[in-house]
Amino acid sequence: MNYLQEILVISTALFFIGIYGLLTRRNIIAILMSVELMLNSVNINFVAFNKYLYPNSLDGIFFSIFIITIAAAEVALAIAIVINLYRNHDSVDIDSTTLLKY
Amino acid sequence: MNYAQYIPLLLALPLLSFAILGIWGRKSLKKSSGIIGTMVLLILTIISIAVATHYFFIGEKLNNGYQTIFALNIPWLDFGYKNLSIDIGLLLDPISVMMLVVITVVSLMVHIFSLGYMKGEERYPTYFAFLSLFTFSMLGLVLSANIFQMYIFWELVGVSSYLLIGFYFTQPKAVAAAKKAFIVTRFADLGFLIGILMLGIQAETFDFLTLIERLTNAESTAYINMHTTSFLGISALTWALSLVFVGGAGKSAMFPLHIWLPDAMEGPTPVSALIHAATMVVAGVFLVARLFPIFHFNHTALNLVAWTGALSALFAAVIACTQTDIKRVLAYSTMSQLGYMMFALGVSGYGGESGLGYTASLFHLFTHAFFKSLLFLGAGIIIHAIHSNDLKDMGGLRHALPVTHLTFLIACLAIAGVPPLSGFFSKEEILLAAWEGNRMIFTIGLLTAGLTAFYMFRLYFLIFWNRPATKVISKEAPASMKIPLIILAAISLVAGFIPFSQLVTTDQQPFKSSFHVLFSIAPLLLVIAGIFTAMHLYKNQGEKAAHLAQWFGKFYQGALHKFYIDEVYLFITRNIIYKIIGSPAARFDKQVVDGGVNGLGNGTRFIAEKIKALQNGRVQWYLLVFLGGILILSFIFIGWNKI
Repeated sequence: MNYLQEILVISTALFFIGIYGLLTRRNIIAILMSVELMLNSVNINFVAFNKYLYPNSLDGIFFSIFIITIAAAEVALAIAIVINLYRNHDSVDIDSTTLLKY
Repeated sequence: MNYAQYIPLLLALPLLSFAILGIWGRKSLKKSSGIIGTMVLLILTIISIAVATHYFFIGEKLNNGYQTIFALNIPWLDFGYKNLSIDIGLLLDPISVMMLVVITVVSLMVHIFSLGYMKGEERYPTYFAFLSLFTFSMLGLVLSANIFQMYIFWELVGVSSYLLIGFYFTQPKAVAAAKKAFIVTRFADLGFLIGILMLGIQAETFDFLTLIERLTNAESTAYINMHTTSFLGISALTWALSLVFVGGAGKSAMFPLHIWLPDAMEGPTPVSALIHAATMVVAGVFLVARLFPIFHFNHTALNLVAWTGALSALFAAVIACTQTDIKRVLAYSTMSQLGYMMFALGVSGYGGESGLGYTASLFHLFTHAFFKSLLFLGAGIIIHAIHSNDLKDMGGLRHALPVTHLTFLIACLAIAGVPPLSGFFSKEEILLAAWEGNRMIFTIGLLTAGLTAFYMFRLYFLIFWNRPATKVISKEAPASMKIPLIILAAISLVAGFIPFSQLVTTDQQPFKSSFHVLFSIAPLLLVIAGIFTAMHLYKNQGEKAAHLAQWFGKFYQGALHKFYIDEVYLFITRNIIYKIIGSPAARFDKQVVDGGVNGLGNGTRFIAEKIKALQNGRVQWYLLVFLGGILILSFIFIGWNKI
């Protein structure tokens, strides 16, 4: 049974849900969550391609594990930034952080 | 040979004194700076007189002639091109040794005079520092062993002249005069530099002796190269020599580059005596004399020298008759006498007795230095006494200033050429040489001699006679100002008896100059006529001179306005160079070059103003633009592959 197409549809949907969240959310935490969604859609791709196209190797699996690890570290960093942002602006609204402009 | 090791001292001492007076003069040596400068000059004078005695009378001779001695020769700057290199050398030969004596003696007199003249001056130490700098550069110039080294000192002399003319820099006139002197001579030096480079590259050396050796030998490659290459129908050698002469003419105030010399009289009077009468202005004559063997082999260049000299001599003498500023009369007189020296070189031959013109020219240089600096120093005392330069304010000063009167009279007689004073002998030799070389120039010289006597005695009678005594502001000068006058007067009296043809000759072999009594009758009669005309016109107050001026009419007006040469220069610089070349170039620079650069800046700013709204600080907006870009790009590339 080859479900590659279906899986790719799911991962694409996940990716664009992430993009949608990234563009429309005002809360920084929500934006971060959207980024995680996008990362996970990529992970699904990796695993799916590995399973159906190169069943004899494990590269894709390794890569997805790697991405999960990096994402965890990235979230830790991002949360620290968000906390600092909150301390300075008293909000986590992305519209209040438009200081870096012309 | 053993005395040659003292020669570098001649350069080291004044340079040291310049440095000391320049650095510490204004703070700690305020009072003693004059004494220090004068002491250094005294040492220099003693050294140079000792050197001259050794060189001319004691030192060994080579084939009965004077040998050329290198006191120092250090390779300095190697071009690595055609074996060209600039060496720093000190060269002793009859003319440089003679110049040493002239420079140090006159400079010493001027130093002593300045002790009194410049007393109480705000920048007294600076003045002596500049005098030391000048002495250093002038000595360096005459001792130079190669033409490039000479050029370096040549410019240094120009700089010190600039500094001293502009010494009273609070007066706009002095500043203008200093600038004028510097720019005019600098302009002439451009020619000199091009000439040096042409000679140097063709002859593959800058060294005077080698240069002369290669360019006077008709078989050497350098000579043949320079002789056969031609530009505008004139051979390269002639061009090079003429350009070198242009440099000399600029420094020696030859027509038409003389305009700076009368204005240079804005400087302190002792400076005029030293720089603009005795030493710096003869640098041009010295240069031609130094390269004389080459000039001699090139008739076109030599004729240029002769005619420029003769024209300047007559031209300046005519103007000198009409000027009313005592220093300007002397300045034009200097120019006229320099013209004399130039044309004497121009008509001279080479070797033995035919080199009489060369000997006479340097003889006149020697005698002229003393009596002309005496005249200037005398003028300094007069100006000091009545605080005016104008002849209209003078008259009847013979009782108030007896020493000045007597010495001034001696100098006037000497420059007019009355026997047995020094000027008579040197002028006689020049006229004799001109008689043998070129009769036209002889006639001009004769006429100039008469005019010289006339204008010098016009000056003398207007200052010391003419009307009842002028009130004198200060008494006759202190001893420090009188002593130099007396010494210089004594030298002017006896210098004519020096047997110059035994000492300074073209080929460094002494010859016996003959003295023709009959020949000197014509010039002497003209001189006496000049003196008596001046006496008749100016000894007593009256309208005679004014009538004569009236009679000359337009010609008198022309001479009074220096034949409008300054106006011609102004016309050329303002209307032709400024309007046709200068201001269009400035407009091009402002509008095209500056406009291009400004336009680039303005354009960037204009575009930036328009697009800066894109960067609004909203991260999600950036992201949207980014995604849009990616989408467009991916469509393009995917579509591209499809096609």
